[in-house]
Amino acid sequence: MSGILSPEFLSALISGMVLAGMPLLLAGLGETIGEQAGVLGLGMEGYMLFAAYAGFNGALYGGSPWLGLLAGLIAGLAAALLVAILCVWLRLDQVVVGIGLILLGEGLTSVLHAVQFGDTSPRLPSVPGLAIPGLSRLPVVGDSVFSQPVIFWLGIVLILVVHLLLRSTRWGLKVRAAGDRPEALDAAGVGVTRTRFFAVLVSGALAGLGGAYLSVVSSGFFWPFMTNGAGFMAIVLAMLGRGRPVWVGVGAFLFGACVSMATALQLVGVDVPTDAVFMLPFLAVMTALVAFARRSYLPAALGVPYRREGS
Amino acid sequence: MEHTGAPRTGGALEGTRTQPLVRLCGITKRYPGVIANDAIDLELHSREIHCLLGENGAGKTTLMRILAGLAKPDAGSLVFEGRPVLFRSPGEALAAGVGMVHQHPTLVPTFTVLENLLLVGGRRCAGEPWRDRGSRSRGLLGRGFRLPRKEAETAFGELAQRLGAPVDPHAVVGRLPLGQQQWVEILRALWTGPRLLILDEPTARLAPQEAAALLASLRSLKDGGTAVVLITHKLREALQVADRITVLRAGRVAGVIGPERLDAVRASGAEEPALLESEIVGLMFGERGVSAEELELAGAGRARSRSTTGRAPAPALPPTPVVLSVRDLTVAPRRQEVGLHSVSFSLRAGEIFGIAGVDGNGQKELAEALAGERPVRRGSIVLDGRDVTKAGVAARYELGLRFVTDDRLGQGLIPSLPVSLNLMLKRIGRPPWWSRTGRLSRTALLREAERLIQAFEIKTPNPEATAGALSGGNLQRLILARELADRPRVVVYLRPTQGLDARTALAVRRRIEEMAAQGVAAAVISTDLDELLSVCGRIGVLYRGHLLEVVENDGPGVEYKIGGLMVGAPMGGRLAAGADLDGDGASEELHNRERAANHELTSQPDEPTSQGDESTPRLG
Repeated sequence: MSGILSPEFLSALISGMVLAGMPLLLAGLGETIGEQAGVLGLGMEGYMLFAAYAGFNGALYGGSPWLGLLAGLIAGLAAALLVAILCVWLRLDQVVVGIGLILLGEGLTSVLHAVQFGDTSPRLPSVPGLAIPGLSRLPVVGDSVFSQPVIFWLGIVLILVVHLLLRSTRWGLKVRAAGDRPEALDAAGVGVTRTRFFAVLVSGALAGLGGAYLSVVSSGFFWPFMTNGAGFMAIVLAMLGRGRPVWVGVGAFLFGACVSMATALQLVGVDVPTDAVFMLPFLAVMTALVAFARRSYLPAALGVPYRREGS
Repeated sequence: MEHTGAPRTGGALEGTRTQPLVRLCGITKRYPGVIANDAIDLELHSREIHCLLGENGAGKTTLMRILAGLAKPDAGSLVFEGRPVLFRSPGEALAAGVGMVHQHPTLVPTFTVLENLLLVGGRRCAGEPWRDRGSRSRGLLGRGFRLPRKEAETAFGELAQRLGAPVDPHAVVGRLPLGQQQWVEILRALWTGPRLLILDEPTARLAPQEAAALLASLRSLKDGGTAVVLITHKLREALQVADRITVLRAGRVAGVIGPERLDAVRASGAEEPALLESEIVGLMFGERGVSAEELELAGAGRARSRSTTGRAPAPALPPTPVVLSVRDLTVAPRRQEVGLHSVSFSLRAGEIFGIAGVDGNGQKELAEALAGERPVRRGSIVLDGRDVTKAGVAARYELGLRFVTDDRLGQGLIPSLPVSLNLMLKRIGRPPWWSRTGRLSRTALLREAERLIQAFEIKTPNPEATAGALSGGNLQRLILARELADRPRVVVYLRPTQGLDARTALAVRRRIEEMAAQGVAAAVISTDLDELLSVCGRIGVLYRGHLLEVVENDGPGVEYKIGGLMVGAPMGGRLAAGADLDGDGASEELHNRERAANHELTSQPDEPTSQGDESTPRLG
């Protein structure tokens, strides 16, 4: 156990934390926006799988990770468009549509993957990092934090952007009103359907980025069911974050650390059964839920389709 | 259309002194099974307060929802400033200059006051009359991305000051008392500077003082050039402020009383208003005729009966034994509640004890704690000498403690079950209706159900009909039947006439009095002060979870005293400014108009002149 605090271990832990935490962060931010608007994005897992698949194809055939991320964003947007039409416009049950989307995402991407890459299993080249001058030479954090690809920094900036969006713009005010008391938004002369519709699209786009990050940046290839519950963790993060993006970020990287623990421990030769270590993130989710679920605050109208009374 | 031809209104043709701001022509709106509006014509003028009067279900709210873009008419047209319009959403109506204050709360409770206003944005209409001076709020006009908090705060300050509304812009709305929330609703409706302001029963949940202050500021708004529509079922309130009154009945215009008539009535002596009152009551209730009871509801009669029979304590009778005694009752607050803090009182057999208070001051907490539906943190509830603080709902029912809830379809009944089973909900499993093995005897059940249906006059096609299909009045009769059956000792009524029409409400009050005459003690928790004054012997006031002073309902002046306690100010304290409290005759009212704005409440209550008919009449 001597190597547990060695620079190698910490460096591996932190870079693994970023790789696993980024998709959670992006999807968690997306889920936050959707939930604040009153639409439960239960289909997160579906968004992410579609986006991971599309992102992989984009990066593979487009030859650039940026094209991959863009393809993922568009795939997430498209899936969200479907959800927005069904749940917001046609007012279908959000749980049913969400589960449907998860199953669709799992099934469709598995089949497409088998048909397309069943024999070849191509890999993407790893995404080059952006070495920050000076800082990237620091011990431990130099390699793990200050040599990350640009998209990492974009993700960090997104925390702030979503925070400002929700707190200090009129759009954010509308979104939060749509989730808390849609009648009030309606009475204030703002369309509830329109507000929720756009919130779901933004939510899907962010989740799409998260999914694409998973296949394009984190792993470099795609395999069926690769999200492995990340979509659900994003939902939990959004609920525990209570609409505050900073807490979603903190939570995402904490879960990321749990995921990367297994690899980091192996790296320094500590022999822990991998199955046990792989359980860590889920144990962490459960612990967090038990500890903080009482304090989780959900918008009052979450999951309730809005219909104006007596119109 | 009969509105101008209604014989009772005499020369009440509307004088077209000015071009109307809004003209509604032949508005018709149907809902499944009802015609809410049946070819209604209506004209609204700037610089006028137009009162819409009518019973519950007369179509007042529906008509105004159409005007505010919340409902689409099936037929008819809307002319706004000479141009035909159709508002497809509240946003369009707002943009055109129609603001509405709804009956139910429409603010986001987790937002601050300012955020609620910013939600509306700042699309102000041109020619806003009462903020013309130094309107620096141009920044608000922009629909930019960033929230113009600073500019909004300045604009809010101006607006609130103009209205005399003491509201903190940074307070979270859900934590404000209801009276203040009502102000915020009004401020929001005025935020865009509407040409027309519609208020749907704005005083229903306010203490008398707050209501008076509100009416005073409506007058100053009107003088500033805004057209105001006031939907109300309080006749006296309408006579106090209206420039024009339209009475709706069953979706049609039953009559219009124009400004000339109202001015004339206010100018003439004390006799004339009473005449107009009974005429309007006639219009509201129509061919059914006006019974003594309805007149009583309209105010005149009730005040008289109160001062003669005088609800004064009857010293001749020996005091009856105490059946319920509540000591130091404390309940933890839930989200957006105030809880209860050391509430103590006792009830004697046959007594009707009233608990007044503005909604949201602990009424539900008290009722549920008494009924056993909510854990008690501290204190005791003793029923007939037995401590029932720890007893559950069923045990308390058994001992004769009953609860008539205001949440009829939620807490009160199971809408999907038949009437018969709902009547027996609290006696499930008991013989003779259920056997010892738990088998239900259908014949015994139906026999009992039919007995109760008859005794309580529940209108249902048959005992097996689903309870959810009954009308509001019949739902209440069903709950009364269940709770008052089988030897009650103490009954807790929570807002027993909430949402009921005048006739049913009266029947419910009669029922409460009948039960009391049989020796059943009653705790009537109501936000309707007039109701409490008409049935209760003593009245306590709930304020922020505390039971303030218990007042004997022994005649004139009680209303002001209770009203003061309801807003948290004991007698003599300085209350909301600008309130002309009483409705002491319309002519007096006219005199007071000028000085109403800076009139102090405290000068009023002791004057013995404002006694007889100060109660605000209610019609439904």
